[in-house]
Amino acid sequence: MRFYSHILPNGLEVIAECSPSAFSTALGFFVRVGARDEPEDISGVSHFLEHMAFKGSGSRTADDINREFDEIGAVYNAMTSYDSTIYYAAVLPEYMEKAFELLACLIRPAIRPDDFELEKKVILEEIRMYLDQPPYGIDETCRRRFFKTHPLGQSVLGTVESISALTPEQMRMYYQQRYTARNIIVGTTGCVDFDKLVALAERYCGDLNSEENERIQLRPDPAFGTFRHHKPSATQQYVIQIAEAPPATSPERFAGRFLTAIVGSSTASRMYWEFLDPGRADSVSLTYESYEDAGIFVTFLSCAPEMLEENLERLRKLYNQLETEGVSAEELSRVKNKMAASLVLAAERPSSRLFAIGSERLTTGEYRSVEEELKIIDSITLDDVNRVAEKYPLSCNATEIIGPMPQGSS
Amino acid sequence: MTHLITTKLILYYRIVSFKVTAFLLRMAGSARETAQDRFHGFRQAGSGKIAPVVPQPESQFIHRFDNGLVLLGESMPWLDSVGLALAVPAGSAFDPEDRAGLASLTTEMVLRGAGSRDSRQFLEDLENLGIIWSEAVSRLHIVLTATMRASQLSEALPIFADVLLRPRLPREELEPARQGLIQEIRADRDLPEVKLRRELRRRCFPYPWNRPTQGEEETVAAIEWEDVRDFVDQHFRPDGSIIAVAGRFDWDETKALVERLFRDWTGVAPSPLPWRWERERVKHVPYDSQQTHIGVAYKSVPYDHPDYFLARASLGVLSGGTSARLFMEVREKRGLCYTVQATYHVIKNMAAVFCYSGTTAERAQETLDVLLGEISRLKEGVQSEELERVKVQIKSSLVFEQESSASRARSLIGDWVLLGRVRPVTELKQSIDALTVHAVNRFLAENPPDDFTIVTLGPHALEVPREVL
Repeated sequence: MRFYSHILPNGLEVIAECSPSAFSTALGFFVRVGARDEPEDISGVSHFLEHMAFKGSGSRTADDINREFDEIGAVYNAMTSYDSTIYYAAVLPEYMEKAFELLACLIRPAIRPDDFELEKKVILEEIRMYLDQPPYGIDETCRRRFFKTHPLGQSVLGTVESISALTPEQMRMYYQQRYTARNIIVGTTGCVDFDKLVALAERYCGDLNSEENERIQLRPDPAFGTFRHHKPSATQQYVIQIAEAPPATSPERFAGRFLTAIVGSSTASRMYWEFLDPGRADSVSLTYESYEDAGIFVTFLSCAPEMLEENLERLRKLYNQLETEGVSAEELSRVKNKMAASLVLAAERPSSRLFAIGSERLTTGEYRSVEEELKIIDSITLDDVNRVAEKYPLSCNATEIIGPMPQGSS
Repeated sequence: MTHLITTKLILYYRIVSFKVTAFLLRMAGSARETAQDRFHGFRQAGSGKIAPVVPQPESQFIHRFDNGLVLLGESMPWLDSVGLALAVPAGSAFDPEDRAGLASLTTEMVLRGAGSRDSRQFLEDLENLGIIWSEAVSRLHIVLTATMRASQLSEALPIFADVLLRPRLPREELEPARQGLIQEIRADRDLPEVKLRRELRRRCFPYPWNRPTQGEEETVAAIEWEDVRDFVDQHFRPDGSIIAVAGRFDWDETKALVERLFRDWTGVAPSPLPWRWERERVKHVPYDSQQTHIGVAYKSVPYDHPDYFLARASLGVLSGGTSARLFMEVREKRGLCYTVQATYHVIKNMAAVFCYSGTTAERAQETLDVLLGEISRLKEGVQSEELERVKVQIKSSLVFEQESSASRARSLIGDWVLLGRVRPVTELKQSIDALTVHAVNRFLAENPPDDFTIVTLGPHALEVPREVL
């Protein structure tokens, strides 16, 4: 696999990790825009805008876009998070040009008023769909409480109120500010002809606005404490905990991933033995999310209401022990084997490599080949992991609990 | 054991997508949804005018050992990985009526130590080898699937052979395993879409195929350790079991290894319980939610039917992409929902299409009406552009599958179970190429979607037009 990069005069970067023998090509437009960039009164605009991208541009209608993607048999979609919006498609190599043209069309939406009003209904349905699913929105209330005024505490979906009040003009203005060439990286993996890709980028993206638009970056000043919400109709009790973690730009981020894997991912982790093997919970995990200026460890636990207090205590003990005693060499070595294998296996599919290289480039400006990733995995020491466990105590967190158990805060 | 990844995780990542993808769907489904249902449900894929590069030549292998065990292989030398799938005829359709959930609980138990390894050793060894694996309970089988680097196959197979041949079934682990399963059953009650799909299935397939694979809280509570032991004893048998290997491997070496590991295994698994219909065609389930969830099922032709590809193409026109009729009419033109889709579900010789949408209670009646209208309109036929798009989609999905050894291994098992043979990729491609508008429309005229089962879940019941029943 070879890596290529080219920056257009307007600042848009095109990158490719080429494996000429791959059967498919994956393309993604990674845009540096997400919930964190939104003024409060237009909360949810990044995600709504991502939906409007599929409603057409220039002479293309929404029907045209849906039809043309389906005509080339593309597996395509888009997603919006706190700090990025990604439009992507996986296609057979012979359709790369068409897929590029369509993705480039998505990122300059017409935002027609009729489409806007119709799609608003879809967004409102999406918000209600999530409200019906546990943990019933407390993930976002927990983030908001943890991050306080930091922009990473803002909601991706927005609220029924903010979405209902949003106008096409507000969305267009937001688009002008955020969808600039310097905020976009075009990433490709699999069977890619890089020269052709650069030519496509010049043709379809060369005229994008090249304005510089800095994102507000802040050091988080997190708030902790426990809040409980009462939802009598729920069956299980749900717990979300957010604790500080290394930001994406920190050298500690790799150790952060190891810590997460040892404690709470997949089988044979500490959480597995503590909660799942004994049947104390139906679901539990620890994940690590990192951004340019902040990182968080997120704990999720779902269990029968009568098990809640006991499980919270077990979680506390598990985290306290981790902070004082650290992890063992054996745990580290096992997780290394597992992470190395997962990396190599996932790299067989261009579509899974696409998100790894595109998101990394967008957040940190870096690129690492599979071989370089393997070297990093190999180089992590017990000290690295234990230092992160000590420096970012998981027991020091913002907790939100929802379910049939009565309300109250502590 | 795969419970760490559930729909709930999607939530707090808050990576919110334009549409529900096959990937998300898979995550959103119960971890226990059958590998087999899933496989045939969505090969979203492929091409009209330009022939996609379905890799050639394909080399498939089939061997039946004396004890009845079947080994299937498909060489994919362009990959560095190998996918392994092992299926034993111990699915939930075999659960005794008052012990529903026995197959699921048995799965939990056989993974708690086997042969020389206790539960911890078993999981840690697999992790040390870097094997990515999961288990699933379908109606017919318990299926273990694993992906690994090619060199690891000879180490992985003996570990999984122990699970099938020498599970320890530690008595003291029954309670924890049961508690875990009961918690999962309870957690699904908080997921309206999962609950709706379950209620729909219950009414449109015959017993025992209509039951949720996990069983019910009361029936799981009634299972005793002896039930698990007897279930393993009766169903973990070579005649009826299938092992599939796809990716980079040597057929002769693999066959010899499988023979060595499994040659002392004997016996034939029993047949599933006899069918029984508990038909209730319209049902509203009261549920405290913002959205009303709508499920409409109609019968289709099974995977081994000569008209299968015609049915598959019609389903593609209905719900194969964002230009398909359901997405266009329900979401794009009217903004009635976020999710609308139709999926194909098959049991041995019976199949159905499940259509689903979730929408705000006030707009649920309109959504149901539009949904039923579109399904009924299928009998008037499809357009050639619609069919061309479906063909391109199916054919590209065949190519995408060539990048995943594990999904190909699962496909081999699905083919064997439903067809009694393995369908080569070239044959699949030819069958798709051969589809014509004329043939699809003749099929739809002769087999219009009918015999609907309609289930809704939400705050209010809806009116179901008499003419569709």
